[in-house]
Amino acid sequence: MTAGRGAGAHEALLSVEGVSLAFGGVKALTDVSFDVRKGEIRAIIGPNGAGKTSMLNVINGFYRPQDGRITFKGRTRSAMRPYEAARGGIARTFQNVALFRGMSALDNIMAGRTLKMHRGFFWQLIRFGPALAEEVEHRRKVEEIIDFLEIPQIRKTPVGRLPYGLQKRVELGRALAMEPDLLLLDEPMAGMNLEEKEDMSRYIIDANNHLGTTIALIEHDMGVVMDLSDRVVVLEYGRKIADGTPDEVKADHKVVAAYLGVPH
Amino acid sequence: MDLLYKIFLDPFVQMGAAPDLLVQTLWEGLVAGVLYALIALGYVLIYKASGVFNFAQGIMVVFAALTLVGVAARLRQWGVAPGDVAAYGALVLTALVMLGLAWGVERVMLRPLVNQPEIILFMATFGLTYFLIGFGELLFGGEPKVMITDDLHLPRGALEFKMLGGFVSLQKIDVAAAVIASIMVAALALFFQKTRIGRALRAVADSHKAALSVGISLEQIWVTVWFAAGIVALATGIMWGARSDVSFALQTLALKALPVLILGGFTSIPGAIVGGVIIGVGEKLGEFYWGPLLGSGIESWLAYVIALVFLLFRPQGLFGEKIIERI
Amino acid sequence: MLYREAGQFKTTYGADQSVFPIRQDRIGIAIILLVAFVLVPLLASSFVLSAVFIPVLVFSLAAIGLNLLTGYAGQVSLGTGAFMGVGAYTCYKLTTYLPQANIIVLILASGLGSAAIGTVFGLPSLRIKGFYLAVATLAAQFFLSWSFVRIPWLYNYNVSGAIEVPTRTMLGVAVTGPNATPLTRYLVVLSIVTLMTWVASNLLRGRIGRTWMAVRDMDIAAELIGIRLYSAKLLAFAVSSFYCGVAGAIMVFLWFGAAEADSFNIDQSFLILFMVIVGGLGSLIGSFFGAIFIWGLPIVLRAAPEFFGLTIRAATVEHLQFMIVGALIIFFLIAEPAGLARLWQIGKQKLRVWPFPY
Repeated sequence: MTAGRGAGAHEALLSVEGVSLAFGGVKALTDVSFDVRKGEIRAIIGPNGAGKTSMLNVINGFYRPQDGRITFKGRTRSAMRPYEAARGGIARTFQNVALFRGMSALDNIMAGRTLKMHRGFFWQLIRFGPALAEEVEHRRKVEEIIDFLEIPQIRKTPVGRLPYGLQKRVELGRALAMEPDLLLLDEPMAGMNLEEKEDMSRYIIDANNHLGTTIALIEHDMGVVMDLSDRVVVLEYGRKIADGTPDEVKADHKVVAAYLGVPH
Repeated sequence: MDLLYKIFLDPFVQMGAAPDLLVQTLWEGLVAGVLYALIALGYVLIYKASGVFNFAQGIMVVFAALTLVGVAARLRQWGVAPGDVAAYGALVLTALVMLGLAWGVERVMLRPLVNQPEIILFMATFGLTYFLIGFGELLFGGEPKVMITDDLHLPRGALEFKMLGGFVSLQKIDVAAAVIASIMVAALALFFQKTRIGRALRAVADSHKAALSVGISLEQIWVTVWFAAGIVALATGIMWGARSDVSFALQTLALKALPVLILGGFTSIPGAIVGGVIIGVGEKLGEFYWGPLLGSGIESWLAYVIALVFLLFRPQGLFGEKIIERI
Repeated sequence: MLYREAGQFKTTYGADQSVFPIRQDRIGIAIILLVAFVLVPLLASSFVLSAVFIPVLVFSLAAIGLNLLTGYAGQVSLGTGAFMGVGAYTCYKLTTYLPQANIIVLILASGLGSAAIGTVFGLPSLRIKGFYLAVATLAAQFFLSWSFVRIPWLYNYNVSGAIEVPTRTMLGVAVTGPNATPLTRYLVVLSIVTLMTWVASNLLRGRIGRTWMAVRDMDIAAELIGIRLYSAKLLAFAVSSFYCGVAGAIMVFLWFGAAEADSFNIDQSFLILFMVIVGGLGSLIGSFFGAIFIWGLPIVLRAAPEFFGLTIRAATVEHLQFMIVGALIIFFLIAEPAGLARLWQIGKQKLRVWPFPY
């Protein structure tokens, strides 16, 4: 597998500067700065507890950092709000699959189209006519995603009943349904076997290549990280300790020490 | 302008004008608050230890009181000598009945619903409430009963104080209630914090699965705690019943404990008392001094509105734990 | 074998997303509508219409209202009775001020009054969640119950505090008031309930239904896909209260013919909640099942002793009712927390493979 052609314009879609986040006494992030260029696949790695998920949560607007700024598509703010992030074109998946358990896979992915559906309340009441036409139009788009992710046979199944690997795929589908500019993936390969990982990698690369989606992902599988990503940022105990191409980062002794421990 | 005066100034003027009335009202509020707190205590016990919000706590109070009165009457009927022996005998027997109830609830309701989401268990206690209402009415009939206050040697009469230019009268039974409630609260708080069983109870409240995996016997714990709640219910029933007759109307009054729990938190034993007193006093003051403005009967909703306003500022109550959602 | 979808292909997405995509379901609903609109009027006695069909329809509508809020949008509410009351009193005032207006229009308009009040009491839902919200709705319930008595303007300063329904006609036939026949009232109620059920199903199948369910299932994730939680919750309160308000208005105008503040107290709220629990949270058809069950059970229980040749005192029967309802709620929650609706789905599943066991 080769990495995507990645950073086309070297222009930063997202950049975080000096972000610090603490919960009570626990410092999740300290003065972290990096950027994500348009069209690239950026990996965020680091040992457990490094603050990777917290970083994504800050980008998404779920957490409010105590310090620092976030610049997305040219707009700078001190904190994102979830609705603004979504509207601005940021979508995300979660470590513990945050699907809507009461709904089918199809409905979950259709939920991802919510921002793009505009037919008002009164049309929804009667459904016939504009509301139904809009449903069908978006259903078409969602079916494309379902085909892309190769999950047509489970579309009507309530997601609570799906095996973990398929749930993760549905969640990816929901994120893709938002047609995001920036896709944040939190350990998309967790708990998958080799085949599933290869499938997932394929989807990620295709999303990046064909849809032009910029991707930031957290991942533990080093093979995946090295193969997929254009650039890598490494966190440890809430601080950034390395930032560069996969090869550069692999050779960085700080990174090696973080993962393997320093011999005493 | 006149309206503003009426709302913000006049009631305080009235308070100042007759301070003995104010003290009387505060006392009444305190007493009501203590009684609310006793009911709230039952909720807290069960919630703290099993994660279940026991909607049936109110009916348990009524049921316990009815059983006590009914059994005492039976014992006297069968000639078990003087009234107070019958009363204390009935007390013991009622405690046993509450133990039986706890065992029954655990067996039939809690065990099959292990691990279900909280809302399911909550709704199951609705079912329990209705069942006990029907059962209680079947066994004891629906008419109000008189509590066997004298036989239990609970004090009667009032203490009168001349103060602040007038009279303040404290019912002795109310004082007794306050004392008993405080003792119960202290004992239970200590129990939870210091003993092994208390720790186990807290573990179960946190996570059934995890508690099971460390070898805690959920069944024993639940029976214990529902029995404890049953005893609290019995004490509450005696105190409530001593002030006014025992009837099924008490059951709806028990809903008032909910605002108490909101203020005091669902898992805090001292919180139940603090919340109870705040609600009780707030309600009485509101009803007495502001009530005439709005018409009578505002105590039917005032407690809830107080709780609501409170929730808007502090969604987890005074003592509750702040819920941090992780994703 | 009877209930197979094999061979029923959908060629458009629209067809796939219709209310009853399976042919057997379509036939089923056609039969039900036929029975309801034609056979029942022909065959049922006035008594049965008044004592069974109309009440069940009224409660089904209220149960749908509560289900929309609690079952679909996940906002627990204990104020159903009060919102029904708001609808009823609104309708009463509307008929007082607009005596010439069509009564059905007024009934539907009174839902708007209920929706407005419901939205106000739904405002806390941004800060308060789950169980605490339920207690906040209790504030609504008790406050509104109190105001039904304390605001004499609501019942036109009537000394008794109760309201009496005036006669209103449509196309020359008395629809409300003492002259309206059970049959007329039944048909009007049936039409309103059918229409509103259809509208509810439209809402639920589309964007709004999905939004509500997302808020119910995981509101944090819902926010992150762009759902505005606050508007979604307030909309749920508004629509739900609309339905409960109309149900309340129908209850007074087309069933009781009169009302007093007590008809809308906390017990009413619990009653509807039980219907929704037993019928199935998050299921339209469950609302109907629940209403039929909870309303029908006491009727069956009252008739049963006679049927078996036993004589039991009326009071005892009532006590037994409470016990049985209570026990059944617990039983349902143990056996099938998703209620009768789920049992119905399982039944259909069995029909698919019948006569084979699986």
